[in-house]
Order: sequence, then C-alpha cells, then structure tokens
Amino acid sequence: MSATAWIILWAAVLTYLTRVGGHLMLSRFEHVHSRVEAGLNAVPAAVLTTLVAPAAMTAGPVEWTALVVAALMSLRFGMLPLFLVAGAVLIVGRQMFG
Amino acid sequence: MSAEAIGETTNAREFWAGARVGIPVVVASAPFAFLFGIIAIDNGFSVAEATLMSASVYGGASQMVGLELFGHHIAPWLVVMSIFAVNFRHVLYSAALGRHISHWPIPQQALGFFLLTDPQYAEAERKGEAGQTVSFAWYMGMGLAIYVPWVIESGLGAFFGNLVPDPHSIGLDFLLPIYFLGLVMSFRKRANWLPVVAISAVAAILAVNTVGSPWHVTIGAACGVAFAAMFPPRVREEIEP
Repeated sequence: MSATAWIILWAAVLTYLTRVGGHLMLSRFEHVHSRVEAGLNAVPAAVLTTLVAPAAMTAGPVEWTALVVAALMSLRFGMLPLFLVAGAVLIVGRQMFG
Repeated sequence: MSAEAIGETTNAREFWAGARVGIPVVVASAPFAFLFGIIAIDNGFSVAEATLMSASVYGGASQMVGLELFGHHIAPWLVVMSIFAVNFRHVLYSAALGRHISHWPIPQQALGFFLLTDPQYAEAERKGEAGQTVSFAWYMGMGLAIYVPWVIESGLGAFFGNLVPDPHSIGLDFLLPIYFLGLVMSFRKRANWLPVVAISAVAAILAVNTVGSPWHVTIGAACGVAFAAMFPPRVREEIEP
C-alpha cells in the first residue's frame, strides 16, 4: 500500500476518534472547563489562518485581490458564492496579468 | 397492518425526511467535492486515493488541508496531525450529539458518529433542542444523502483532474487559500475571533520564515489557541450576576 494511502487511513482513524471521542470523554464530565472550551472553539480558525497567511505573504497582486474579494463577500454571502466569485477573480486576473 | 409494517413505514418516512434536509448540503458541497478531486490529482494523489480519502476521512476542510500539506512534501505524521487538528472541533459536536442519540443501540451510535459533519451536527442539534426525537432512520437519511454524493463527486473530480492541462492558468494552486480564508471568515462570530486570527497569522508568518514549513501550522495555531484559552469569554457571569 502506498504512503499516501497510509496517511489517509491514519487521518481517517484519528478523525473518527474526534467524532466518537467527544461523546465518550466529555460526556463524563459535568461541564468542560471554560478555558478548554474557549481553546477548542478557537482551533479551526487558528489552524486555517496558518494556511492562508504565509500563502498570502508570498502571493502577487492578482491573488491579493482575490483574497480581498473573498473577505468582503464573506460579510454578506455564503461559502459557495464567495468561492465562485473570488475564484473567478483569480482565474480572470491570471489570464489578463499572469 | 402489523406493528412491524407500521414501524417500517415510519422508518422510511423518517429516512426520506432526513434525506430532504441533506439536499441543500449536497448542492452546496458538490463544487468542493469536485475541487477536492481535481486538486488531489494535481498534488500527486491517484483517483483511488482521492476517493478513499473522501470515503474514510469525510471532512471537507480537513481533506483540503491534507492536500495542501501533501503538496509541500511534509513528514506524513505532520500531515495526519494537521488533519486531526482541523477535525478536532468534532469533539464538541460529538459530546452534544451524544445526548440526543444515546437511545440508539451501540453499533448504530458508532455508525452515526462516523457521519458526523458540521451540517449533520447542526440539524441534529436543532431537532434535539426542539424536543423532537433524533431517530436513526432520519439521521442516516440525512447522512447518506450527503455522504454518497460527496464520495462519488470526489472520484469524478479526480478522474477529470487528470485532464486539466495547465493547473496554474485556472488558479488551482491558489484556490485553497481562498477556500481557507472563506472558512476562517465563517467563524468570525466566535469569541476572540479577531485576536486569534491575527496572532495565528503573525506567528505562522514568523515561523515559516524562521523554523520553516510545516511547523508554521503547529506553531501558529498553538499561539492562537493559547490566547483563546487565556482569555475565555465571560458568559457565565452575565447569566448569573
């Protein structure tokens, strides 16, 4: 089996543990400590930010424009229109200036 | 009509009611499933591996994170841990959902938790909070309505990803940062969102230029999460003055 397949299967096992683990572990406690809960709540935004920030730093004007459009779209629209419009800005921008 | 037949009709009705709830999610997630497949191929996955990931991990954002890191030739255990970190929010969903499905037999619960995604949690929680029973048939109706198309569309995306001639010209390499930014923005109502994002961003940029990739993910996220844990929102005091 390929290394990729192993990565996928391990990721699947750990992901399943997050899905079943909350019920098995946290339900034993009366409440979760507020600091733990605040930390857990911040995890997705924190992790995803670390994937955007360095990519944005090394990108060019076309990519920056697409990110700004995406950020502005997010204030009003859902994920799908945001992605389609910002993606279109990126592709058209690259065709014209890339 | 026998009691068993009545039970079966109820189950069927519940299943289709759940499936209807899943349809908007299918429509909204379809482009991302195709995109996942296309980018997977661009990052060196085979069609089978892309399909396997959608079928076994079954978590859109975390699958994209896996691809992003995979493209940078990073140690396998770090890719796995990053996927784990993105999916860690399920711990909270799981704890909440557990209260609504504890009347199911254990094997059904085990299957139910496998299909636990953000929208699945949101709808089950809403149903449970409204005092309605979250039945296994309803839950599976919604879960399978989302799961089956997700896997098939990922495979189709990967299949057609082989036919993309110039990934750069259609922006394939930068669609993921846009997607991740959209997700980051979707969390903006959460407590301390802006400082967490700002701290994670600065820490990640500093780390990528000093320690190097992939540690910027771990270090950046740890800084943001540490800040959130140090300054939890004071909700309780407002409720009990």
